[in-house]
Amino acid sequence: MKIGALKDNHPGEARVAITPASAGHLGKLGHEVFIQTGAGIGAGFSDEDYTKANVTVCASSAELIGAVDVVAKVRQPSEAEIDQMREGQTVISFFYPAQNAELLAKAKDQGVTAIAMDMVPRISRAQKMDALSSMANIAGYRSVIEAANNFGRFFTGQVTAAGKVPPAKVLVVGAGVAGLAAIGTSVSLGAQVYAFDVRPEVSEQIESMGAEFVYLEFDQPTADGAATGGYAAPSSPEFREKQLAKFRELAPQMDIVITTALIPGRDAPVLWTADMVAAMKPGSVIVDLAAEKGGNCELTVMDERIVSDNGVVVVGYTDFPSRMGAQASELYGNNVRHFIADLTPKKDGVIDHNMEDDVIRGATVVHDHDVTWPPPPPKVAAIAAQKPKEKAKVLTAEERRAAEAAAFKADTKKQVGILAGGGLLLLLIGLVAPVSFMSHFIVFVLACFIGFRVIWNVAHSLHTPLMAITNAISSIIILGALMQIGSGSWWVVLLGALAVLMASINIFGGFMVTRRMLAMFQKS
Amino acid sequence: MEYGFTTAAYVVASVLFILSLGGLSGQESAKRAIWYGIAGMALAVLATLFGPGAGNWLLSLVMIAIGGTIGWIVAKRVQMTEMPQLVAAMHSLVGLAAVFVGFNAQIELARVMRLRAEGIEEVMHGFAAILAHKTPAEIAMLKIEVFLGIFIGAVTFTGSVVAFGKLAGRVDGKPNKLPGGHMLNAGALALAVLFGILYFTGIGSGVFWLVLVTLLAFFIGYHLIMGIGGADMPVVVSMLNSYSGWAAASIGFTLGNDLLIVTGALVGSSGAILSYIMCKAMNRNFVSVILGGFGGTTGPAAEIEGEQIAIDADGVAGALNDADSVVIVPGYGMAVAQAQGAVSELTRKLRAAGKNVRFAIHPVAGRLPGHMNVLLAEAKVPYDIVLEMDEINDDFPTTDVVIIIGSNDIVNPAAQDDPNSPIAGMPVLEVWKAKQVFVSKRGQGTGYSGIENPLFFKDNTRMFYGDAKDSINKLLPLVD
Repeated sequence: MKIGALKDNHPGEARVAITPASAGHLGKLGHEVFIQTGAGIGAGFSDEDYTKANVTVCASSAELIGAVDVVAKVRQPSEAEIDQMREGQTVISFFYPAQNAELLAKAKDQGVTAIAMDMVPRISRAQKMDALSSMANIAGYRSVIEAANNFGRFFTGQVTAAGKVPPAKVLVVGAGVAGLAAIGTSVSLGAQVYAFDVRPEVSEQIESMGAEFVYLEFDQPTADGAATGGYAAPSSPEFREKQLAKFRELAPQMDIVITTALIPGRDAPVLWTADMVAAMKPGSVIVDLAAEKGGNCELTVMDERIVSDNGVVVVGYTDFPSRMGAQASELYGNNVRHFIADLTPKKDGVIDHNMEDDVIRGATVVHDHDVTWPPPPPKVAAIAAQKPKEKAKVLTAEERRAAEAAAFKADTKKQVGILAGGGLLLLLIGLVAPVSFMSHFIVFVLACFIGFRVIWNVAHSLHTPLMAITNAISSIIILGALMQIGSGSWWVVLLGALAVLMASINIFGGFMVTRRMLAMFQKS
Repeated sequence: MEYGFTTAAYVVASVLFILSLGGLSGQESAKRAIWYGIAGMALAVLATLFGPGAGNWLLSLVMIAIGGTIGWIVAKRVQMTEMPQLVAAMHSLVGLAAVFVGFNAQIELARVMRLRAEGIEEVMHGFAAILAHKTPAEIAMLKIEVFLGIFIGAVTFTGSVVAFGKLAGRVDGKPNKLPGGHMLNAGALALAVLFGILYFTGIGSGVFWLVLVTLLAFFIGYHLIMGIGGADMPVVVSMLNSYSGWAAASIGFTLGNDLLIVTGALVGSSGAILSYIMCKAMNRNFVSVILGGFGGTTGPAAEIEGEQIAIDADGVAGALNDADSVVIVPGYGMAVAQAQGAVSELTRKLRAAGKNVRFAIHPVAGRLPGHMNVLLAEAKVPYDIVLEMDEINDDFPTTDVVIIIGSNDIVNPAAQDDPNSPIAGMPVLEVWKAKQVFVSKRGQGTGYSGIENPLFFKDNTRMFYGDAKDSINKLLPLVD
């Protein structure tokens, strides 16, 4: 198949969908690679670089579209570009199908297959094609660099001969890919980083990057990020209030605020209000990565850097990846070529558009005169859903009462049974046994009962001392020997004396070791 | 007047004994409990000496003095690791004492009967005086009590001696039965009952039958305990403890002494409950423990894949230095190697480094109930970081490092995973859920029960071979 990359004419766009390096990989898959002249200039790749990588350079976009089967782009194709395409051709680019219904319809009419790099499902297998993540990573990094550029101070704290410099305090709102990249970059620049996210489960990731998670004390059933494919879901008004209050508290201390909070398919939530900006120190910097969707900061102006009345810089650029064209092109180029590799499972240069494949199905938004967006949910969950905690089945009041009543009944039955049986047995014994025996027997039974009750309470760690002490106490048998020692024949005296001897060994030995053991137990 | 004083003293002594056992519910109150026990015993002995029936004071006091000295010296000298043997040995003394007292009762009974038959109204004193007033029905009852007392006492005696031998390592710990197994025991029991009946009916010399019964009971005690494996010794020791109590109680009936009955019943029920707790901790049926050997194996144990990977002290120390939370699981191996001091020192160092160090104690770790607690207490490990299985089992997934020192079956995952394992269903410490497990072990052999342990083959397990004490001592300088 012939694959070609168009030059993106969007102002400021420096990225290109195929780099000389990725072209080499595509060649290995059996594809023939084309490029529009000058497409790589923004990213630092000249036409010669491409020629050296066996890429055919086409003079115009029309020529390239005419020559190839698959058109690769960075930004969504323009209507004019779709018009130029013919039936059966494929276009790979960011597409944002939710916002571009007309474009979808146009592609459908033209019979063009459209693959949206922004729709690649977030499953492990597709991570290598996840262009949103690679772009977000760059945006996160660049946002910190942009902030540092606009911040008139060090990020890192220093003690110098000329005075002490405190470290900059950075707050990152939203710990998605961009947020985490921003945290990592700020931390490595030496700043003190705080981060916030509505998904409590990311606190571990935040802390692993070296930032401090800003806890919000709020007890609502927190939505599990796994349910929404790892993205944040809109939060309740109460939660938002709490969140804003926390930000208001933090605003005066922060030097840099980087906001990355986006909710899929919605305008960005306003999290950094005008009064928070007003509370910040002059010279502080806000970088709003959500500017394209209206911005997390109230003052953000899309694609502009403004300075607030109190001297706070608010950066609303939306082209962070383009500002790092070479890096962004490399990553995006790799994402695209991985996707094409998935489309070419046999590596024979033949594209097999397998709509059964979760990844291909998810990213394909128009195919075969049909709009295939939105895709069905992928068969593999993005993140393993947290196993639902096993809840004890909550019984209704009646059920519980019934169960209790049944247990009580069974218990009663058992006890009455034992009592009746035991009583009968005792009666039988009483029939033959003399009275004196029975009076002792009462004592015996009661003592057994007391013993059972008392021993159940003994702490497990004291079982060895218990054993030693009961051993000592069982030498109470000495009483018997003492009573006999004075009566009768020398045999009795001898046996009695021996019994006394043994029992007293036990008494002294038993109590002694118990005391030794107990004396050792001590609290820390 | 005198009699009333003795009874009153007995009542007080009984109460003291109950308080003494009840006091063991907590470490702090236990220190008071022991004094209740001592006071109770002193009171009981004094009251008996002053009370009716006692004579031969001088001999009694001399014997008590000799016995007390021996007991005192033994208790002073004994190592804490030898506690199981000591307890077993002491049970044997109680058992034998019960046998002697039982024989005395029979001898006196015979003498009284003879005198009565000859119509001689000799002035009886002591124990004989009590016997002299007995009715024929009471005498029949007395004979049953004597029989039971002697029988239980004799079983306790030989059983304890064998248990002592096994625990002290002088007798092979493996279950060992004579040909015929339990039939032999059953036969001996039947024969003993037969001789007992002959004794009741008064045919021939009573003492003769009792001697035969005693010999049979000696055999039963010996054979029964020989057939029980070393790993079940905690149950056996507490069971023998219980027996010594029942023996005392039945002697109490013989002598008509309520204090003996009360105390015997207390000790008997205490031992019974302990045995029950131990059995539950091992998920074993009491009967199958007593009948010896592991029962109920239904098929071949699951094959274990993988290999045991060894690690040296540097590796273990490195992991410990990186860890935040450490759990130590001691077992009988720690007691054998006398490693508790080294373990305590390691604990102190790790705690000083701000790590969360805790001990996980399985109910049947060691050879006595609570054995590990005593050893760790001896080594001055604070008891509030020593936790029971139920308290700590949920914490293993968040634990960085688990160190297993000389325990095997109580950390065997086969108990949960392999329904064919002989220990299937026994609650175990789920150490394999921790991030890393180090096993300090002498060699690759299986444990006391002879069961292969899949834990040693797991990916997150490393074997730290060597004597536990030496191994831990090697770690000490490497941990900071």
